[in-house]
Amino acid sequence: MTFAASATPGATPLLTARRLQKRFGASPALDDVDLDLAPGERVLLLGPNGAGKSTLLRTAAGLIRPSAGSLLLFGEDPWRGDRIAIRRRLGLLSHQTFLYDHLTAAENLVFYGRLYGLGTTTAGARRSLDEVGLADRADDPVRTFSRGMQQRAAIARALLHAPDLLLLDEPFSGLDAAGRDTLRRLLRDRFAGARAFLMATHDLESALPLASRVIVLDAGRVTIDRPSAGLDAARLEALIGRHAGAAGAGVAP
Amino acid sequence: MSYLGTVLLVAGKDLRTEIRSREQVVSLFVFALLILVVFNFAFDFTIVDFGSLGPGVLWVAFIFSGVLALNHSFRIEREQDRIEGILVAPIDRSAFYLGKVAATMMFMSAVEAVLVPLAAILFNQPLTTRLGALLLVLLLNTLGFAAVGTLFAAVTTQTRRSEVLLPLLLFPAAVPIALAAVRTTSHVLAGRPFQVYANWVWLSGGYDLVFLAAAVLLFDFALQE
Amino acid sequence: MRPMWSRVLQITTLLAVPASLYMVFVVAPIEEKMGVIQKIFYFHVPSAFMAFLGVGLCAVMSVLYLVTRQRRWDLVAHAAAELGVVFCTIVLITGPIWARPVWGVWWTGEVRLTSTLVLWLIYVGYLLLRQNAENREQAARWAAITGIVGALDMPIIYKSVEWWRGLHPVVLKMSGGGGLDPVMGRAFAACVVTFTLLFLCLLVERVRLGRLEDEVESLEQQAARRPLTAATDAGGGSSR
Repeated sequence: MTFAASATPGATPLLTARRLQKRFGASPALDDVDLDLAPGERVLLLGPNGAGKSTLLRTAAGLIRPSAGSLLLFGEDPWRGDRIAIRRRLGLLSHQTFLYDHLTAAENLVFYGRLYGLGTTTAGARRSLDEVGLADRADDPVRTFSRGMQQRAAIARALLHAPDLLLLDEPFSGLDAAGRDTLRRLLRDRFAGARAFLMATHDLESALPLASRVIVLDAGRVTIDRPSAGLDAARLEALIGRHAGAAGAGVAP
Repeated sequence: MSYLGTVLLVAGKDLRTEIRSREQVVSLFVFALLILVVFNFAFDFTIVDFGSLGPGVLWVAFIFSGVLALNHSFRIEREQDRIEGILVAPIDRSAFYLGKVAATMMFMSAVEAVLVPLAAILFNQPLTTRLGALLLVLLLNTLGFAAVGTLFAAVTTQTRRSEVLLPLLLFPAAVPIALAAVRTTSHVLAGRPFQVYANWVWLSGGYDLVFLAAAVLLFDFALQE
Repeated sequence: MRPMWSRVLQITTLLAVPASLYMVFVVAPIEEKMGVIQKIFYFHVPSAFMAFLGVGLCAVMSVLYLVTRQRRWDLVAHAAAELGVVFCTIVLITGPIWARPVWGVWWTGEVRLTSTLVLWLIYVGYLLLRQNAENREQAARWAAITGIVGALDMPIIYKSVEWWRGLHPVVLKMSGGGGLDPVMGRAFAACVVTFTLLFLCLLVERVRLGRLEDEVESLEQQAARRPLTAATDAGGGSSR
């Protein structure tokens, strides 16, 4: 169990997991995971398919209830404490867009903005869409968007309420070049300070330059947890390969 | 966002989506109308008194199209896991439930509003003058059906055989409301005074309260993992 | 391996069954109006009680499960629901068997029988829903919701069906008649006790079976994850 070198001492961790376990049926998807995420960290979550990355993210998002162990968000237990206050500071960007196809991009953002209690107006929605380069399509139904544009709109949605902790599940998948640049820019700009993100991804080329720390999961266990300084894609792949057998082979990738 | 605000926001979103896509509207109406037509052939209403069978036929039509509405309501949320966007939002999930109930009620009421006069025409019945009572009966019983239906639909639409499982669970559970609906509709259409069917109205109201309350408490468990 | 109280329960049940059968068929007199077929009443009514017991127990266990998330409550809830369905089935079969010779019809549309049919449908749905869940935990959660809704619904269903048939006097009553002959009463009480013992016995066995099934599933999945000894080669052979 290693703690990130860039953590501010004394600050309440945004996320604390202790011996976190999740079982669907008898075998664990998450097996004894210990994790601390401090403000300002930018963490990549890596590992083969089925390693538990999505499960960890979705448990952190409050969608999945842990079978054992504890998970604290902003210092509180989301299953016992004030879930609503916790969720207000949490953001989720998945490879699914969560947008309603028949509503326009602006209407989608107004809906989510108001759902988050932001009192978002159509003008505000347009501004957010402008930041992702979709200002001219704000009044078009989302189903007329290309996959890359939909994902950009989803990014606008996820960042609307300026979450302190953003969880990203394969955000670069299906994104066009413009989208990749936009996401990288937004993550770099918005998450330089006290905010943090935890991103599961296979796209090391796009994500590694943004990261401050790298965590590798294998069969539900943390096998690598270290600062990203000095790592490039090749070295990282080698590291992952070397640790691949450690957590117990036999799980289909 | 306040609790009521969230309920209205969710219901409004469903309404707006439906207005744009018009996916449901046509199928709901056509399906319900089809049932009426089939019964028109199945029973010779010149011989059989409409008053005794008619309300049953109407509510069969409403219930079956109601199941379509419920399935559709959650299908939208299931597609592309949109429901996760709702689940991570800082809202009370029971407010989402009530919003869904409200939306389903709107759609079912729209079908009812068209079908009752249509049935009157199809079966050559005079339209009742007790419109207020009819409205009350329709609303009260539709609410009960939507309350239990939404809870079950939230669960069954997560399975692969949701088309079968939803009716399987919902119909027996909704028996009291179905009986109340048919009996009271029958009395109202026959122009009988309130006292005759008052206890059925209390039954519907009680059913609505019990299951709305139960669903508000249980809904979160339907959507967790 | 088997705890003492479980053995005692089994032995008591084993003794109670023939004892009750004796009371029903030898001791209790044959009813005047209906004849021997009336004796079905000794099986029909206690079965109904057991069906209600199953439903109630399932609901209580379901609440406990949702609150504590402990697997054992779900095991009992599942077992109780299954037994509820079994005893409901017995009620639905013995009812018509009784009705046919007495009134010449199989299905009387009688209030309680109709309501019991609806109840049967709800809990069959409960069992089917469990099968359609993706994993144990989801099955338990969904089943708990259904079990609670079913139990809440039960009194309302019975009331509504009663009112539905209500205007005409209930001619076709299934009960054993007005005043019960004291000997019949004793036989009936014995049957109720025996059925309860039978219910508990089967419940215990079913829960035990459920636990064993869980263990087997656990072992199977552990075995699936463990690599075959011949294939394990830690020397850089694995690549992802």
